[in-house]
Amino acid sequence: MSAPTEPTPHGPEPTGSEPEVVLSPRALARRRHREALGRFAREYARNRAGLFGLTSLLTIGLLALTAPLFIDQAHLTVTGAPGDGYQAPSVEYPLGTDNFGRSILDLIIWGSRVSLAVGLLATFVSVALGTLAGITAGHFGSSGGRGGRILSSVIMRVTDWFLVLPTLVMAVALAAVLPRGTGTIVLAIGLTVWPPTARLVRAQTLAVEARPYVERARALGGGHAHVMGRHVLPNVMPVVLAQTTLLVATSIIAESTLAFLGMGDPTTISWGGVLQAARTSGAISAGIWWYIVPPGLAIAIVALSFTLCGRAVESVINPRLRGPR
Amino acid sequence: MRTTEPASEGPTGADTGGAPSVTATGGSGRARRVLAYVLGRLMTAVVSLFAVIVAGFFLFRILPGDPVRAMTEGREVTAEQREELRRQFGLDQPLWRQFLDYAEGLLRLDLGVSFQYRESVVDLILERLGPTILLAGTGTVIAALLGLFLGSRAGWKPGGRGDRVNTAIALFFWSVPTFWLGLLLIVLLASGRGFMPGLFPTGGMVDPGLTGSLERALSTARHMVLPVITMVAVIYAQYLMIMRSSLMDEKGADYLTTARAKGLRDVLVRRRHAVPNALLPTVTLIFLNLGQVVSGVILVETVFSWPGLGQLFYSGLGVPDLGLVQGLFVVFAASVILMNLLADLVYPLLDPRVRP
Amino acid sequence: MSGLLDVRDLYVTYAGGTGEVPAVRGVDLSLNPGDTLGLAGESGSGKSTVALALLRLLPATARVTGRILLEGEDVLQMRWGRLRAVRWAGASVVFQGAMHSLNPVRRIGEQVAEPLLLHRVVRPNQVQARVAELLEQVGLPASRSRDHPHRLSGGQRQRVMIAMALACEPRLIIADEATTALDVMIQAQILALLERLVKENGIGMLMISHDLSVLADACDRVAIMYAGRLVEEGPAREVVHRPAHPYASALSAAFPKIGDPASRLAPRGLPGDPPDPADPPPGCAFRPRCAVAEPVCATVDPPLWPLHPNPDGHSDRYAACVHVGPEEAGASKETSPEETSR
Repeated sequence: MSAPTEPTPHGPEPTGSEPEVVLSPRALARRRHREALGRFAREYARNRAGLFGLTSLLTIGLLALTAPLFIDQAHLTVTGAPGDGYQAPSVEYPLGTDNFGRSILDLIIWGSRVSLAVGLLATFVSVALGTLAGITAGHFGSSGGRGGRILSSVIMRVTDWFLVLPTLVMAVALAAVLPRGTGTIVLAIGLTVWPPTARLVRAQTLAVEARPYVERARALGGGHAHVMGRHVLPNVMPVVLAQTTLLVATSIIAESTLAFLGMGDPTTISWGGVLQAARTSGAISAGIWWYIVPPGLAIAIVALSFTLCGRAVESVINPRLRGPR
Repeated sequence: MRTTEPASEGPTGADTGGAPSVTATGGSGRARRVLAYVLGRLMTAVVSLFAVIVAGFFLFRILPGDPVRAMTEGREVTAEQREELRRQFGLDQPLWRQFLDYAEGLLRLDLGVSFQYRESVVDLILERLGPTILLAGTGTVIAALLGLFLGSRAGWKPGGRGDRVNTAIALFFWSVPTFWLGLLLIVLLASGRGFMPGLFPTGGMVDPGLTGSLERALSTARHMVLPVITMVAVIYAQYLMIMRSSLMDEKGADYLTTARAKGLRDVLVRRRHAVPNALLPTVTLIFLNLGQVVSGVILVETVFSWPGLGQLFYSGLGVPDLGLVQGLFVVFAASVILMNLLADLVYPLLDPRVRP
Repeated sequence: MSGLLDVRDLYVTYAGGTGEVPAVRGVDLSLNPGDTLGLAGESGSGKSTVALALLRLLPATARVTGRILLEGEDVLQMRWGRLRAVRWAGASVVFQGAMHSLNPVRRIGEQVAEPLLLHRVVRPNQVQARVAELLEQVGLPASRSRDHPHRLSGGQRQRVMIAMALACEPRLIIADEATTALDVMIQAQILALLERLVKENGIGMLMISHDLSVLADACDRVAIMYAGRLVEEGPAREVVHRPAHPYASALSAAFPKIGDPASRLAPRGLPGDPPDPADPPPGCAFRPRCAVAEPVCATVDPPLWPLHPNPDGHSDRYAACVHVGPEEAGASKETSPEETSR
């Protein structure tokens, strides 16, 4: 049907009016990247939800980084707690105190450090794994001969197997059998949430490898490493970026869940850890809402912000997802 | 996202109107194709199950190094007692022997003995299976109905008011940790202090001391309200998003223009034509995501002390009772794989195009 | 004259991402009961947009203005309830590519029966019989009604589409590329079937195709569309064999005519691409590809002029080109464009 033809995005401005400057290929490439980045930023700025997510993340990130400047770490220890137990919110303790008398606001701000760090690191592990698996499966599936096809289908079978299994059960099992610690949590999450990334990257790899210039590179004798590294990877990156942003949300929720189930490092303060402490101290049945609401809200806001950013990035790189307007 | 090409045996060239219908030519060839399809799916499931068994062994016997040390850490246990435990769990045998014993046990539906309860893991699981199925089943059905209904409305007019509101709510619930939502509901509606103190029980499944079956059923229903709400809130969102996007994929389809040209109301175009088509990819994805229902039920049971498999799993983690956790791991994974097998076998009944 | 279908000054504009994209720019069409009108043009010329506009089937992003009189009633002014009643019962559509125009998960029978039940054409207990009758009318055994679309060949699916279009005995059938995806033999069968059914039932048909040779055989009159406008209109044979507009000549020459050695020896294509609808060239839209363009063509976009009019100024052929303008048309020099384009 004669749908309205999408106006094609105009390429770089014609340089005819500018004085003729001979640019080196490298400078040209740099300018092209700068222009692409500018276009990306402009498109992104049009997405209100995405801007909201970005602003909230920047604020929270700043708070987390500067926390040691305004929070006395001694006040976060059980023995050095400044207030009495279970004080309701007041001017002195805007979010009240926990059973030991520690300021819950301080706990939340301090906890963001571990929660964000674990979320980001676990995402890094899983994105790296997923990208590696996805590109390998995609590349060798389309151009690796018989052995490559077998390798590719084995990778995809493993991916599907991981995809179907209950993520939490796997992560908890890993966290339970490995030595307790933050590193274990990162590993447990990273090793279990990668399969969707792998599927996505594989699909994108197949699409990229079908493009003529990749065929040309291969015909000119480009090896597997060359094709995968120079042609496929850069073109897969935008999709990976969007997926990464969405995955951070998943990872942060997973971190808090593992901490809540008692798998976390009991010596560090994290959002999930605070909630677990609230539960074990009996604050739930006592109805101490200020011990329960803030940590969960913090998790929800950060997860939501990452999700909004991810969706915004996704809609910029894939306009088909955008609804009308 | 059509996964399959239209059946290849459809008449292609000859357009003779009175040609014998294809179903008539099927006969035994069709039966053989169905059998091949079913066998293929069964094989995939068997391989996946085997992988689960190996993973269970690897995770709980090899990765911890010395399982007995892991289980008895921080307890007053003498070296002799440890040796005794090792013998008891067969850990003094070489690894291959241990694997064979474990695999053979699985074939006899024997998952070993729980360190914590000193009871057969299978017995423990069977005891707790009912409550979990009740909770997870109710939650999933309600979440699926709600999610598909809202998703089909949101996806029909993407960018509209209803879509934006629904998507925003769904994204919020998707971003909220399951267990926190449960805790919040307890504080608000069940604890002594909240906004409606003691409206619902804080946990458990049945009030103790009830004898009549009606009384027990009513009590169970009251205990179920909050856990089910939590389950639904967390999983309906993904059903909504899946349904929404697959309906958006369908929206431009030509047969919808045909339906509109026939004079059907917009609601009927959606219900009779768009939704049945959008449901097909959705069903597949719902089954693929069943693992998340399992994750959800573990958390909900833990928060609400629901006496099911999830709570059993949680109780095993604290010790850690590796035999129990291993058994539950295998059961959870196997049930998801079996549900997916079921989905594979049922799917062709829903989609005429992929019928073998 | 007020016939079955009378389209006046039809404009369709899509609200695009950056601006408005005109897809149809002032089209006039008229059709009498029992007649067949062909509408030809390249893909993107706006002919399918016209087809969809007739029953207001375009997406909400399209703005439609003008008048579409269906048996004297303006489709564009109808309330939704009235419009739904007119759809299929008053005018039905045989869509292009019946592969995707039938719902893949519903049985053929259900889909043919749907308009019967919706418009209450027959009583519910007679629906099965009527479906069987309709399928047999297009040469399909009634037992086919239990099949799903993918079990049928392309030609069979197109027959189902036709049976469906006939279900409510409409006064007008819009055939939108009804035979395009089919191979030549089946195309001929479907065309013959359509022609017969239209004649037997006294139905008016608007037949839309990019294939001028198909239209030449099947239609009484043909209109040719380029970049959202009609460039030529007249009796089918004359337009095909003696085209007046350069675009019509090119289109006609692109299809070899049986028994015409010239077209066999020198098949001509058309250089260049159709204009971007978002940014049509000034003047005549065809100028950039036209072999006989003159400087004046860059500024003047001529309306449809009558060719060889009778002394009273009437004609049955029209073309929109400066070469067939008032100078050549002679007698009609003083006739204003507004009048002649009627």
